[in-house]
Amino acid sequence: MNTKAISDHKFFTFKTKILLVLSIAAIILIIYRLIYGLGRVTNLSDTTPWGLWISFDVITGVALAAGGFTITFAAYIAGWEKYKAIAKAATLTAFIGYLLAVTGVFLDLGKPFSIWHPLFFWQPHSVMFEIVVCITIYTTVLFLEFLPWLLERLNILTGLKNLLEKKSVILVLVILGIMLSYGHQSSLGGLFLLAPDKLHPLWYTHFIHHLFYLSAICAGLSMVSIETIFGSNMLKKPYELNILEGLARGTSIALLVYFLVRFIDLAINNRLIYVYEGSIESILFIIEISLGVLLPMVILSVKNMRLSIPALILSHFMVIGGLLLNRFNVVFLTEKGLQSNRFYLPSWQEIIVTIGLISLGIFLYKIIVINLPIFNSSAKE
Amino acid sequence: MANGVLVDITKCIGCRSCQIACKAWHSLDASYNLMNGNLTMPKELNDNNYTLIEFKENKTSNRAWKFIKKQCFHCKEPACASACPVGALRKMKNSSVIYDQWLCIGCRYCMIACPFNIPKYEWNTTNPWIRKCDFCDDRIDDGLEPACVKACPMKVMYFGDYKNIVKEAKRRIKNNPDKYINYIYGEKEAGGTSWIYISDKPFEELGFKMNIPKKSYPLITWKNSLSKILWEEAGLLAILGSLLYLRTRKDKKGDKN
Repeated sequence: MNTKAISDHKFFTFKTKILLVLSIAAIILIIYRLIYGLGRVTNLSDTTPWGLWISFDVITGVALAAGGFTITFAAYIAGWEKYKAIAKAATLTAFIGYLLAVTGVFLDLGKPFSIWHPLFFWQPHSVMFEIVVCITIYTTVLFLEFLPWLLERLNILTGLKNLLEKKSVILVLVILGIMLSYGHQSSLGGLFLLAPDKLHPLWYTHFIHHLFYLSAICAGLSMVSIETIFGSNMLKKPYELNILEGLARGTSIALLVYFLVRFIDLAINNRLIYVYEGSIESILFIIEISLGVLLPMVILSVKNMRLSIPALILSHFMVIGGLLLNRFNVVFLTEKGLQSNRFYLPSWQEIIVTIGLISLGIFLYKIIVINLPIFNSSAKE
Repeated sequence: MANGVLVDITKCIGCRSCQIACKAWHSLDASYNLMNGNLTMPKELNDNNYTLIEFKENKTSNRAWKFIKKQCFHCKEPACASACPVGALRKMKNSSVIYDQWLCIGCRYCMIACPFNIPKYEWNTTNPWIRKCDFCDDRIDDGLEPACVKACPMKVMYFGDYKNIVKEAKRRIKNNPDKYINYIYGEKEAGGTSWIYISDKPFEELGFKMNIPKKSYPLITWKNSLSKILWEEAGLLAILGSLLYLRTRKDKKGDKN
């Protein structure tokens, strides 16, 4: 990829302007929320204490950013060289994704300005504490991985830049990233270990944290694939089919592992009967597994499909949709157990903030990709 | 001293003195609700109501009108306290589970974790607190009984040493086997609660949650996830390290050839 094509790229296209408008709308609502409190902007209540922001912006968002550690694992630990070309982009997406997730947490906390408390008032018996600590350190790690590219562009602090780009430092950061990701990706599921009486048995298991980790790997790979495809579109360069094919194969294998673990777990706990229950929960489960796991797994196991861009886009979006449905099911079915039949629908403010934050993420991604050596220098390696 | 309260549902007449006493002691505002066919008032526990009497009309088998005292159960090993990332909810020596608004960050995980759905939230302020029954922590420390227990004209609630209240519950059931259901609600639920109930009608008919596992909640997360995580991380580090070592060694060999 040559730098010229990127800098020639027209920045303020129509789409970019829409992104900007949505981001600004979200920021205005965020300020409103900080001034007037959660009750005024959200539809949260005592029976649905966690809504769209936690379930989508945070829990789903973090899972979708799992591409960061899986790709760095492939490129730096397993030594599959071809993935080095997308390692930077994947790390960048993860960094932006985590910034958005942290913003989501900040907004959703009743006392946002106490967000630093867990770092000083430790409570190691809490899964939430573990998540906060892991996410804080991991976001720092991602920042350190991102920093050299920024320093290179700004042409300052070359010493620090060279230090951070040392092979040993990169490897330490990568290994730290993988370990921290295991810690919080699984613990996001571990949160629901405390809901044995609320969550439906098709989702509740003492293995739920491992299932969250495995499904995050699937969706993380899908997210990276989608991003690679759209990145090529945006920069008007040919698709990197070699990489996409490998990612698709990885996704298919990851889905198989996830599927097997989930079903063996259900079988061991004698919970397969609930699949045929005919309730809303069983229907949701069947949709989640068939459309979000099995179908993309089968499509991506066919080599011709792995080389076809439309098939890739379709099946990766199915994986992402399946993960989204899974996280929604877990959060909202848990809350269904909080008595009452009151139905939660997010308020328009919650939806705008969510869409606006995603837009802000894409906008940041675009600025950074155009201005920093994310794609071009990787070709040199 | 481990305190506890035995609630004998058969004795309650639904006068709501306990609700008033609770409001008075905690300086909570009055709640205004319209009548709508159900005499439970206010309708539910919320940030302004730590306790209430639920009026339960049993319309199916053997008709009865029952009045159920609702408030925090003060679990022996509270799920909420183990869920809180900053330790804002704590189990005290006097058995109360109390809340520290200065530590709280407002994540509301306690609301998800509590098997009895007790913690409530102040949704409409900019500096919201979790609100729940505090077992009149301050009164107990001064050797007094909780406000609701003190106010009750029918002696529905028996406050005392936990061992004694369990003994008393068993004694009452044993002496009146025809009257009471042979079950102490809260003796084993969620690993045992400091407030326990006995009743003359099946608990499921009175709206008590019967699917609560009879084991300590904090132990579920501790055993399955948190206690193992350091070992898992160490294992992961070993795997990653050895992978990396094997690969670089292979690469170096390849270079020599």
